[in-house]
Amino acid sequence: MMINLPEMKTITKKIIIIILFSSFAWFTYGQPDANGILHQIDENLSSENRIFESSMTIHGRRASRTITSRSYVEGDKKSFTEYLSPPREQGTKMLKLENQLWIYSPSTDRTIQISGHMLRQSVMGSDLSYEDMMDDRKLTETYNAVVSGSEEFDGRTTWILELTARVDDVAYATRKLWVDKERFVPLKEELFAKSGQLLKRSVLSDVVQIEGRWFPKTIVYKDMLKQGDGTEFKVTDIKFNQDIPDYIFTKASLKM
Amino acid sequence: MKTAFKLAYRNLIGAGLRTWLNVIVLSFSFVVIIWLKGILMGWDYQAKSDMTNWEIGGGQYWHESYDPYDPFTLAESHSIIPQQFSDEIEQGDMVPVLMVQGTIYPQGRMQSITIKGIDPDQDLFLLPTHQLDTATDAVPAIIGAAMAESLQLDRSDHVTLRWRDARGTFDATDIVITDIFSSNVPSVEAAQVYIPLAILREMTMMQGEATLLTFRDPEAERPAVQGWVHKPKEVLTASVDRMIKTKTAGQSVFYTILLLLAMLAIFDTQVLSIFRRQKEIGTYIALGYTRREVVGLFTVEGAMHSIFAAVVGALYGLPFLAWQAEVGWTIPMDAGDFGMAMAQTLYPVYSAGLVISTVLIVVVITTVVSYWPSRKIAKMNPTEALRGRIQ
Repeated sequence: MMINLPEMKTITKKIIIIILFSSFAWFTYGQPDANGILHQIDENLSSENRIFESSMTIHGRRASRTITSRSYVEGDKKSFTEYLSPPREQGTKMLKLENQLWIYSPSTDRTIQISGHMLRQSVMGSDLSYEDMMDDRKLTETYNAVVSGSEEFDGRTTWILELTARVDDVAYATRKLWVDKERFVPLKEELFAKSGQLLKRSVLSDVVQIEGRWFPKTIVYKDMLKQGDGTEFKVTDIKFNQDIPDYIFTKASLKM
Repeated sequence: MKTAFKLAYRNLIGAGLRTWLNVIVLSFSFVVIIWLKGILMGWDYQAKSDMTNWEIGGGQYWHESYDPYDPFTLAESHSIIPQQFSDEIEQGDMVPVLMVQGTIYPQGRMQSITIKGIDPDQDLFLLPTHQLDTATDAVPAIIGAAMAESLQLDRSDHVTLRWRDARGTFDATDIVITDIFSSNVPSVEAAQVYIPLAILREMTMMQGEATLLTFRDPEAERPAVQGWVHKPKEVLTASVDRMIKTKTAGQSVFYTILLLLAMLAIFDTQVLSIFRRQKEIGTYIALGYTRREVVGLFTVEGAMHSIFAAVVGALYGLPFLAWQAEVGWTIPMDAGDFGMAMAQTLYPVYSAGLVISTVLIVVVITTVVSYWPSRKIAKMNPTEALRGRIQ
């Protein structure tokens, strides 16, 4: 069979296109879709509701203090936390409904709403701000994500995701996430300023399988500009998909 | 009356040491009261002139959301500078300042501060803003001495500054301390970092905006501007007035104790005089003096202590007060702890009104105290008095 020159050119073009497509397919296979990874993280970590007890250890320059609490969480819009110890914080309650936050203090028997710029204050002197706790928007809604590589972290192979803000009103212009390739659990997160300076780092560890999902039980938050060992948040007990009475997520429950 | 003064003078001089002791105690009251009042007047003058030079100029316009006692208002307290002020700003007679909340991390410690953007070429304030016009590898910044001391920062030190832009996104950069200034106004030093206005506007995406507009001329007619609140100089210095008023009330306790001691001495002297000089009183009446005249004589005698005290006080007080006005009085504690515009060394300021009013008050009080025991004379029986019988 004779192949003339124009036909030859067409075949060459097709081959080039096929090679290009196949290499693209290989590339996308090698570096999976970042949004897909974020969705899988959401699926793994989110639940209809959960009840958990936790301890938050704030490492200061001279001493450390630990605050324990019990939290009830429904979806990502409603949460109720009651502090159990130390005696100074015992009985303090915090209620978050959508984008509103109230705190009840037993010593004054008053409920105050934390709003506006008070949200930028630290929670109980930790490296976390109320705003960090309040931000319940999904990362896929606020950031453009790309997979920038793969790395071994804490003995696990991870995807490195680089997130760049696509809306104006986010606290951090860029984020970097290290996500366990098998379990789809973030193991490390770094938060950056607009200038690119590293501001905060969270390291997630003690990943255990609970009710079929992988869950990090310890998170260490660290303000990278500040000296100290950061704030360690440890989940001591967690139950998913429990029956949580509706009254828990009302302001009245703060004074109960 | 002339005779009364002559007699009073002779009697006082004749009483010798007793008179001079009274006079010295009273003169001490004179000098101390004038000095203390002078210190307060000096503080008032210094505080207001320091505030003018460092903080408030001839008055200010505040952004309507700005509340100096609530740092949370800073995030909303900024807007475009009204067009009508363009000329005044151009001529250097108005200085815009943009204020933003931030955090600095000296030696890894976290410190909330206010970032103030100011024109490096301004000359309305004594702030060394020309030091902001420096080419450096980091953002040039000036800070107050009190803050430099508490954060252990020095010239040429680099420190990380973190802030949020107008949309709430974090940003961070290094600043370099190009100068450290010392003022007597804690509110311009405490937890504040001054950087060039243009750089802060760029950092926060607040182009053409300001939080405060300080003008030079306090006398000029100031129109109401929408979105901005006019704060005349008297309003901005009202805190000094209130503090001086409180301090004056506090000091009056001290004056009262001083005067009480002096008056007690004079009262005792008067009682003793009347008791010991009954024959003399009887003689006066026998000579034709009315009781009122005798009471007047003794009152003048007592009151004359204050005149002597004024003269004696002037002898040593004038050099002392003049010397104090020259060298001032250094407060034996850190003046910055007061949280007000207060110099470490206060220079007393004396006015004619202050001296005259103090002399008048002391003379009147001494006269009243002298008259009080003298009233007894009016009830005396002259014949018994002549015999020197105790009544």
